[in-house]
Amino acid sequence: MRLSIDGVTLSYASVPVLHGISMEFCEPGVIGIIGPNGAGKSTLLRCINQILTPKSGTVCLDGKKTRDMDTVEIARNFGYVPQEFPLTFQATVFDTVLMGRRPFSSWKVNREDVEIAGAALKLLNLEEVALRYHSELSGGQQQRVLIARALAQQSRVLLLDEPTSKLDIRNQLEVMDIIRSLAEERELLSILVIHDLNLASRYADRLIMLKEGKIYAAGDPTSVLTQENIRAVYGVEAAVVLEDNLPHIIPKRPI
Amino acid sequence: MDYTPHKNICQTEAGYLTVRYYRFIHKKALFIAALCLLILVSIGIAASVGSADVSFGDVYASLLSKIFPETVESSWVADICLWKLRFPRIFMGLFAGIALGTAGCAMQGALKNPLADPYMLGIASAAGFGAAIAIIFGTGFFAGKYLIVGNAFLFSLMAAAIIIAISEKKNGSAEAMILTGVAVMFFFQALTTFVEYFADAEAVKGAMFWMVGDLGKTRWEDFYFVIPIVGVLVPLLIWKSWDLNIIGTGDESAKSLGINVKRFRILIMVASSLLVSGVVCFVGAIGFIGLISPHICRLIIGGDNRFLIPASGLMGAVFLIISDSIARTLLSPVIVPVGVVTAFLGVPFFLYLIMYRREYC
Repeated sequence: MRLSIDGVTLSYASVPVLHGISMEFCEPGVIGIIGPNGAGKSTLLRCINQILTPKSGTVCLDGKKTRDMDTVEIARNFGYVPQEFPLTFQATVFDTVLMGRRPFSSWKVNREDVEIAGAALKLLNLEEVALRYHSELSGGQQQRVLIARALAQQSRVLLLDEPTSKLDIRNQLEVMDIIRSLAEERELLSILVIHDLNLASRYADRLIMLKEGKIYAAGDPTSVLTQENIRAVYGVEAAVVLEDNLPHIIPKRPI
Repeated sequence: MDYTPHKNICQTEAGYLTVRYYRFIHKKALFIAALCLLILVSIGIAASVGSADVSFGDVYASLLSKIFPETVESSWVADICLWKLRFPRIFMGLFAGIALGTAGCAMQGALKNPLADPYMLGIASAAGFGAAIAIIFGTGFFAGKYLIVGNAFLFSLMAAAIIIAISEKKNGSAEAMILTGVAVMFFFQALTTFVEYFADAEAVKGAMFWMVGDLGKTRWEDFYFVIPIVGVLVPLLIWKSWDLNIIGTGDESAKSLGINVKRFRILIMVASSLLVSGVVCFVGAIGFIGLISPHICRLIIGGDNRFLIPASGLMGAVFLIISDSIARTLLSPVIVPVGVVTAFLGVPFFLYLIMYRREYC
């Protein structure tokens, strides 16, 4: 698998948000996109699966431009866990996960789709709540449901937009453990936008640090999460200590 | 960590879950089957009430005698009463109810708004204006017996075209469709009031009577137009019901699952508008069916559009057939327009829903 992003630029109205972002991923793993609010993290994620169309630049999966794929082909290749899930009707957890089969079934789900959705629910320990309404679940369970839905898509790339933002620390760790194990055992490339630098440090193989729509730093957590980078990108004075050979950030004060 | 399908599904935990899920959705299918039965019963009740003495059994005997003329006999008195007077309006109630219920449900799903229905979006108001022009001025796109029907149909399509054209410019957004629809509704209502202001009293009465809605004008030849429209568009909306579920999770989410949101929403609006226009032009602007039927069904079977859309259509038919029976018998021999009855039944029920509804209903 080879996912390459080459010179992606995007503007909202006339305000530029991304300036020529380029990066390449050749193997499964967890990639964290970090940066302050408004740096263009979610925008970049949504450019990858063409939810937003870049003004210029290309995203290629195994040499094929996503711009040349139709929406179904993109959905078969990129699973997506949105930041917001504004469900406007009563859907059970099972039905929500079953929606992940949409790229493979034009109008009617078959038995195999139902089984795949059932297995994805089992994988994320959601069997007990499978026939409850999505709105009745806790934030952590809802997040797991969305990951299960993306898994039911059986895509090779998983895009997650702040999957832990609304979760308590236990749920944060559980969700990140799932993302990590999926990357390792199912050989998925998971790209996630994340605000918690310590979680990013602990779970990501590589970090992309954005500032004002440009890549400020990229690499393994130790090389990206430095005092200097945090000061320059976030405007925060922080101590960085090594814990289990991974950088641990202790924010002190804004500059 | 296996999420691939298992061959013998009943022997695995995921398989057990699958079986539970199928049991869960079979209950919803059962509700639809019960509604079909309820329609058959309501046809029997509706056709047997009235001034002429026709029994419940006569109704089914008369229906079956048309299908099996060799084996089932029916009385000629009942046949004349039923096939000349009662069946046309009852069957129009059946098709119009299905069309309004289905279209209302599809619009609510596509626009993600529980108040969306053909009336809120101005389609019925436009049909009313077209009919008012035909009734008051005697002019329109067609001549003869299709003057009012043709005008109502084309003006309602015009309203739909305005909504779709403007929302298309706004990337097919639900908000743009709703706001344009409300503006179109007020515009055509104002136009209707304007032309009524210059008309004589009889013509205004006729136009107002049409606006309330009535099944009594139905002729058998109307079904040549209504059946194909309902027969094509209702299955189309059922076919798209799975995508309507996905649209309900947000435009961004739907796009990530392979749906072209803008094109899909426009398709649903075109199909729903055509469906509504196709029946409203014959029966007038009968209110509340498209709004209430999906809400009743949603309370019982939840929001899954795969079941909700057919159930709403069938519930619309039951609601309209029963309302028409009440309209015919409440002040007999005077026949109250059915739109008045649907509003009288619908408003209290709607207020009840607002007060006690569950979340997302």
